[in-house]
Amino acid sequence: MIGALTRRTSWIRRNLSLVVTAAIFVLLFGLASQFYDGFFSTPVFVSLLSDNAFLGIAAVGMTLVIFSGGIDLSVGAVIGFTSILIATLIQEHHLSPVLAWLVGMLAGTGLGTSMGLLIHCFRLPPFLITLAGMFLARGLGFWISTDSVGIAHEFYGRISAYEITLGSMVLPASALMLLAVLAAGYVIAHHTRFGRTLLAVGGNEQSALLMGLPLGGAKIAVYALNGFCAALAGIVATLYTGSGNPGMGIGLELDAIAIVVIGGTLLTGGRGHMLGTLLGILIFATIQAAILFDGRLSSWWMRIVVGSLLLVFILLQRMLLRPR
Amino acid sequence: MTFGETKREARLVAWPLAGLLSLLVLNALFDPAFLKITLLEGHFYGVPVDILTQSARTMLVSLGMTLVIATGGVDLSVGSVVAIAGAVCAVMLQDGQALSLTIAAAVGIGALAGGINGLLVARLGVQPIVATLILMVAGRGLAQLIVGGQVIIITSSAFEFISNGFVLGVPFAPVLVLALFVATHFVVRRTALGLFVEAVGDNETASRFAGLAVARIKTLVYLFCGACAGLSGVLVAANIKAADSYRAGENMELDAIFAVVVGGTALTGGRFLILGTVIGALLIQTLTTTMYNLGVPPAVAPVPKALLIIAVSLLQSEKVGRWLRGLFKKGAVA
Repeated sequence: MIGALTRRTSWIRRNLSLVVTAAIFVLLFGLASQFYDGFFSTPVFVSLLSDNAFLGIAAVGMTLVIFSGGIDLSVGAVIGFTSILIATLIQEHHLSPVLAWLVGMLAGTGLGTSMGLLIHCFRLPPFLITLAGMFLARGLGFWISTDSVGIAHEFYGRISAYEITLGSMVLPASALMLLAVLAAGYVIAHHTRFGRTLLAVGGNEQSALLMGLPLGGAKIAVYALNGFCAALAGIVATLYTGSGNPGMGIGLELDAIAIVVIGGTLLTGGRGHMLGTLLGILIFATIQAAILFDGRLSSWWMRIVVGSLLLVFILLQRMLLRPR
Repeated sequence: MTFGETKREARLVAWPLAGLLSLLVLNALFDPAFLKITLLEGHFYGVPVDILTQSARTMLVSLGMTLVIATGGVDLSVGSVVAIAGAVCAVMLQDGQALSLTIAAAVGIGALAGGINGLLVARLGVQPIVATLILMVAGRGLAQLIVGGQVIIITSSAFEFISNGFVLGVPFAPVLVLALFVATHFVVRRTALGLFVEAVGDNETASRFAGLAVARIKTLVYLFCGACAGLSGVLVAANIKAADSYRAGENMELDAIFAVVVGGTALTGGRFLILGTVIGALLIQTLTTTMYNLGVPPAVAPVPKALLIIAVSLLQSEKVGRWLRGLFKKGAVA
């Protein structure tokens, strides 16, 4: 009995940031429901997931990269690049959507792999290389087309309209995609050797190396995986907007990083939880929805609130870490 | 011995300088009018003058960034600070405040922002990327809050002079920025300050044990970077005669970091080249101008920039350096 109790308290202590994040989400959602009529409803809750599906998918990949102590600033640009690539392939080259998706995923994964190779093999700072990757992807996207390209394909319409009804909850395709990627991310992060290696590398690269962990492969693979996630996010973005746009996702990497940090993952790497990222997405989306519901608040409040939340969480992390 | 304190420094600057010169020569070969400078109504005009004028704003941000990177940090918030400073200028000038007070306020706000970054990094030990990310995200929102989401037009011609004016036929803004570079160079190289900054970037723990006030040095460096960004915000607002809180300073942090890295300052800290940063900023602007001259759409221009930065960081990496040295040695023997 006492054993069980201490085990429980130690679980809470180990996942304190997760508990705090969950409490903040409940608090924010509760406050918004108090202030705005009709906020407390399943459609609004579902829209939290579906309206930010591509951001969320990017955040899942980002979580894994940050686990390893790295960072990837290229995701927003990769989303824009894959979205316009797919749209052009379907509209102008009459490729079937599934083939176009495959090409997009290959492009995203390829870019991620090359960045991972540069980062690992030449020991270059991830932040600089992914910054270059961001410029490259953005430039290539605008090279394909400077304007947005609408996708008019019967298959696209069918996929976008697809939804699953669970009781009173109607989950659209984008929300389902996000949930699937989150589930996959959870399994990869917490139930595979790869996930544990990432956390070990992020915790202390030297010890991970001395323990004989396959660190090089893991580091390259995590950037490749993140490139894949970004491409997937680009696909969901084309589904969500029905078009491809080379300017899509400008600054999205910052939101993704903010979500990961708000979710309690340490930006230095080595500690974190995929569930935290889910909560981070929900918190981010709740603020966005509340500002939209209010109507009087201007859009720039979003940035200020997210910035303040970032500050609070980073200070919180410092305080939690101090005694260790 | 104004620039290039040591032989090593001169050698490091040689790389970006060679890049800049070869780019200029290439341009001159394709378009002989490229290097032509004409005197029109007492003002100098021409592509080189344009490059100098256009790069002044980024160059100023890069100056602060050089010192921040030398301590092993980075400041991502400069672009947002540029937007905030521009917004402050527009609102104060609209209120009819004096020009000198307005500029002082803009620079002061920048320094304050930098000071906050510095506190987070130096006193609370937050990673530089993370600490400055906060202001990068929130700063643009604050700038939009200051101007109420509007683009405010600035009508003061004295204000416009700061960015677009000419002194003795020479554009004022680059002269101002270059003067600041020379002043900074002397301050950090003729005192121990530069050495302190490099020591902190090289090995923070060792510097602390050697008795350096590491936290104070770091805070000062971020404060200086913020002030530079603030003044650059004044230049940006004066250039377009408006405070555009959405676009002002957009991607400026990236260009500044690129200029610093291309100029030979190591991103890992511990070594900085102020002259290299000038050349780096000029090199990036020349590359952009070249793209425009070749008819490449502005939106595609980031591609060569990205390739350049990858090439430069590969050249700086240890592995490639060793490989290149080996290659040259073999060549010498044969």
